[in-house]
Amino acid sequence: MPDVTFVESLRMTLKEEMERDPSLMLIGEDIGRYGGIFGVTKGLLEEFGPHRVRSTPISESAIIGSALGAAMTGIRTVAEIMYVDFTTCAMDQIVNQVAKMRYMSGGKAKIPLVIRTQEGGGRGNAAQHSQSLEALFLHIPGLKIVMPSTPYDARGLLKTAIREENPVMFIEHKLLYATKGFIPDGEFLIPFGQADVKRKGKDVTVIAISYMVTKALRAAERLAEEGVDVEVIDLRTLLPLDFETLLQSIHKTNRVVIVHEGCKRGGIGAEIACNIMEEAFDFLDAPIQRVGALNVPIPYSEPLENAVIPSEEEIATAVKKVLYRT
Amino acid sequence: MKISEEKLLWIYTKMLTQRMLEEKILELIPTGKLTGHFHLGIGEEATFIGACAALEDKDYLLPTHRGLGCVIGKGISLNKIMADIYGKATGTTKGKGGVLRICDASLGVLGLSATLGGIFPIAMGAALSSKLLKDARITLAIFGDGQSNRGTFHEALNLASVWELPVVYLCENNHYAISMPQRKAMAIKNIADRAKGYGIPGKVVDGNDALAVYKITLEAVNRAREGKGPSLIEAKTYRWRPHYEGEGATYRDTKEVVAWKKRCPIRRFRKSLIDLKLLDPLQDEKIKERIAQEIDEAVKFAEESPMPRPEDALDDLFSSSIME
Repeated sequence: MPDVTFVESLRMTLKEEMERDPSLMLIGEDIGRYGGIFGVTKGLLEEFGPHRVRSTPISESAIIGSALGAAMTGIRTVAEIMYVDFTTCAMDQIVNQVAKMRYMSGGKAKIPLVIRTQEGGGRGNAAQHSQSLEALFLHIPGLKIVMPSTPYDARGLLKTAIREENPVMFIEHKLLYATKGFIPDGEFLIPFGQADVKRKGKDVTVIAISYMVTKALRAAERLAEEGVDVEVIDLRTLLPLDFETLLQSIHKTNRVVIVHEGCKRGGIGAEIACNIMEEAFDFLDAPIQRVGALNVPIPYSEPLENAVIPSEEEIATAVKKVLYRT
Repeated sequence: MKISEEKLLWIYTKMLTQRMLEEKILELIPTGKLTGHFHLGIGEEATFIGACAALEDKDYLLPTHRGLGCVIGKGISLNKIMADIYGKATGTTKGKGGVLRICDASLGVLGLSATLGGIFPIAMGAALSSKLLKDARITLAIFGDGQSNRGTFHEALNLASVWELPVVYLCENNHYAISMPQRKAMAIKNIADRAKGYGIPGKVVDGNDALAVYKITLEAVNRAREGKGPSLIEAKTYRWRPHYEGEGATYRDTKEVVAWKKRCPIRRFRKSLIDLKLLDPLQDEKIKERIAQEIDEAVKFAEESPMPRPEDALDDLFSSSIME
């Protein structure tokens, strides 16, 4: 198969899963004829009809709640929330209903529900369309969290997400949609809880997610020219977290940088760093460094936005810092 | 509408069961054996049981926090209910969900949301599922007047109407959201009037008249089952008890409480059964004795049931199975 874009990968995967499971339903704003704000569902309405590709009014609580109600009564569902920022309009449904339905029913409910959404800045969309909120969801027991960084991972992980019997937050990044990548012919699934070593290296372990994997890889190439050999690990799923792969890498490099686009304060880096401290303190040769967005809303104007969102330079600086080369 | 003798006696028995079970809870609270807090629906039996009487076994129910009556009406056993109240491993949720969360999907009871208003869209989703699967089920969502002020009410009723979903939204209007009187929470008199904004039928009924509630709910249920879409019903009733047991409830006028207690839904229904010669005092005593015995057995079952083990707290979060 020639290289495909992230959007094409998602679309192809949704299409295949809808063909495979005749009850699979999509629900969300503008996902019908319009094809979704980023075009992920384009053509699916025409192919599967309005019963299975349901465009909704601007009602995020109704989207999530009805997807939950449908999922727990026999309709496997993929709900789309246009921007992760809009999940806040449906937080009762996500936090108190979706995440707790199975547990509060004593483990009897099955919730085959994927909440697809996208986050991140870099497009001048300003503070209410550019956030990275994965840490919010990680804090809520009962949600699995997936954050693919390549068309290949997006395909394999979305297949797994759809076939799960649990609620999954499937968080895409708006700057990844147009990126291209190789996808082999035929079906493949990527199990949750398997991080991917995107670049092998021996000096420093850089742990990243989503679009920050791309930036970390660019930073790694630049550092290679300076003789620093960086290992870049893409977590792919925040929950379950593949801690084993992190430990193996840390045992080798003894130095860790964690990169994410959400605010540094209270971000996933804090959680992962603390886990490493608890489990691998003796293997560390330097304090762990976190690279995250500055603790302000994402601003509109380009120089401001660039200043707030983590850059390759900041990642490179953090790597040098754990090597005591600054 | 001809209503069978059997149905009438079922309604009466279930209303009495709710009343007597909730009175038993009042007896048990001072013993300190029950954890959690209790929102009792004493005085509102006609609304809960009358509505459930209109459902078939296969139908879905999403109850309200005061709706112990509805889970009784939908067929969850008193043993299970009491075990849930005691937080025992033998309850419907194995000690996970609590008294408010009594649920059993095999009986159509999908559970309530203790963050009020959460059920509006979930009910819509269950109804959407029935529409897609063509399983002829309808979904009944019961909620209080206070809940109707959450934004989910609007989102869900609007979309349920647009998609013509088989769902019935029934408001148990007991006129107070904790201390907030309905008259200060909304500028309209009837919550049912909001139905106009969604292009669906909205009807008001005397919530202390079990037969009236049954009839109007059945009408809405039949309409939904015929594919004609959702309805909104408002049953006007009153809670005799405070918002939760232990609360002062100083915000209500005693005269108002006394006046509503004179309109006891059970006494009223009993009189009509006696007038119809479907019940005599001797039979009535027998029914009460039988219910009292069932409740005592349920208490015994719950007290003798094991508590969940501390390590069970980690179970039941995620399903380990995936679709083949």
